[in-house]
Amino acid sequence: MPEIKQYIPIVGQSVVDEIHFLAEKFKGKIVQNINSTFVGGGVAEILTRMIPLLQELGVDVRWDIIKGNEKFFNITKKIHNALHGVNIQITPKDLDVFLQVNQENAREINLYGDVLFIHDPQPIALIEKKKDIGKKWIWRCHIDFTNPQPEIMNFLKSYIEKYECAVFSAPVFSRDINIPQFLIAPSIDPLSDKNKELSPETINSVMECFKIDRERPIVTQISRFDYLKDPVGVIKAYKKIKTHVDCQLVLAGGGATDDPEGMEVLEKVKYAAEGDPDIHIIFLPPSSDLEINALQRASTVILQKSLKEGFGLTVSEALWKSKPIIASAVGGIPLQIKHQYSGILTHSIEGTAYYLKQLLNEPEYAKKLGINGKEHIKNNFLITRHIRDYLLLFLSLYNTGDIVHL
Amino acid sequence: MNTPFYFYTQFNLTILLGLKAKNITELLKGLKKIPAPSVYYHTHRFLQQHHYLSPEPPNDFAYWTANILSLEELGELLASVDTVSFNNIEDLRTTFIKILTNYMSAEKCNFNCPEGQEFDFMSCVTFVMPTPYVANNLKEFVKILDKITIRSLYFHVFEARIRLKKDENDFTAWFKAIGEFELAKKLSTLDPYTITLEGLRKKIITAVSKYAGN
Repeated sequence: MPEIKQYIPIVGQSVVDEIHFLAEKFKGKIVQNINSTFVGGGVAEILTRMIPLLQELGVDVRWDIIKGNEKFFNITKKIHNALHGVNIQITPKDLDVFLQVNQENAREINLYGDVLFIHDPQPIALIEKKKDIGKKWIWRCHIDFTNPQPEIMNFLKSYIEKYECAVFSAPVFSRDINIPQFLIAPSIDPLSDKNKELSPETINSVMECFKIDRERPIVTQISRFDYLKDPVGVIKAYKKIKTHVDCQLVLAGGGATDDPEGMEVLEKVKYAAEGDPDIHIIFLPPSSDLEINALQRASTVILQKSLKEGFGLTVSEALWKSKPIIASAVGGIPLQIKHQYSGILTHSIEGTAYYLKQLLNEPEYAKKLGINGKEHIKNNFLITRHIRDYLLLFLSLYNTGDIVHL
Repeated sequence: MNTPFYFYTQFNLTILLGLKAKNITELLKGLKKIPAPSVYYHTHRFLQQHHYLSPEPPNDFAYWTANILSLEELGELLASVDTVSFNNIEDLRTTFIKILTNYMSAEKCNFNCPEGQEFDFMSCVTFVMPTPYVANNLKEFVKILDKITIRSLYFHVFEARIRLKKDENDFTAWFKAIGEFELAKKLSTLDPYTITLEGLRKKIITAVSKYAGN
């Protein structure tokens, strides 16, 4: 894991000095993160990177997970989809099981933190322990909350409102709830295997391994095999332009241990791609960050055609590599892309195909989008900004007023 | 007497108010209801987040009406509000309210924005903190201004004046305090809302260097 001083050449000495100052102000308190998995998905990824850095800064941050069986994770997946607005039935029995698993975890987990930082809906009902143990509780929502099913929203709201505050990744997710809500966008780590600079030899060897031709344009979508990432829609957009531009399509991603739907989606994607040797479907194991990095760096254009998105960190990853990107205007993606300045925002398969053809045919314009995009990510979406925001969030629990003098 | 300049910096933690507007009637209603820091946030956010963009949308109200509702004329009116001429946020709020009210009485255009593109009212908690940098004269000032973060520059030029209700920005006040009245006058005529923060840094450095004998 990198040390905080390694970020100085990227963000500057002053930025790192400021983080040290804020960390110093928060020393002496324990922050306990709780979510549902140590591997797979954006939450686990960012905690893996951020916790060692916060610890190096002298902040006592720790991480625990709740335990759950397959039945529990199937229910939490249903809840996840219902929050995304998918018409799915969640029965009272499902909610009973959900609460029962939360209660079991509340009994078993040692809630030692001064600040309990609870991530996503899976462990949300741990808040019931607040009446016994007090402490400061924050609920961190990483998922798209734009159009949730009212029943499940009301169910969760009764728990959310027991927290000190809630944190969302994009303004569009804010709700009419009776506790303070903060906006903290997630981030990428420029020194991680997924984002660090790679040698041309490394990139070439990954491309050779996946049998991808570097002589022709490469269009790539990196994401979990999930209906909400619309991989079949990506294939449709690619097929619309394939007759005009001789390009290849790469769909690469893995799965998380709390997502039982991944294999089903992967089969549908393979079926949609049948008969076209220029479509590369790559199912990656969790430790494939270097491969993802190489795939992104070798790509001509990157797509993120999600139907719903929590934040869509793959967009920041692509822009950090100065890649032109076409992405859906959903969730946190519009925060990362200013349309036609630092990327392209679309709303349909047709729109994606139209702009894809344009970017493949106009490489100079595509290049400019990528350069502008990298600058925007550097200023707003790197891990140093994220650490700073979390420190401010923790400090806000112990300071009142709209101007705080530290 | 030595009057040093102590450099501070600031950070904003963004608050989501959970209040949304889907048309200009709701925008006006929200604008009347939101706390003052929210008006401040929506008129200054772009300066900090898109400080590499020039020209940039000067405030969120102008950006949303022009780009989401496609009301270009209204967007232009809201964009033309001369933020630098206001010393307090309530006067700024009143000006925006007046523009919206006048526009609505003349035009019938209260249609809704596309779903998911509502105006989200936000606000912020501002954390102010000292930096290790202290300037004892103009020479040191220039040296430090070159290396402080963009947020420190932002704090002394924007935050101090309008949010902390001082009559002028911190740099101008200090130049006066050390007897550099001409330099103070020069800086006070600058409109910092129409240039990027990096551009502003360069302009101030150039101006001060002339007086610092650099």
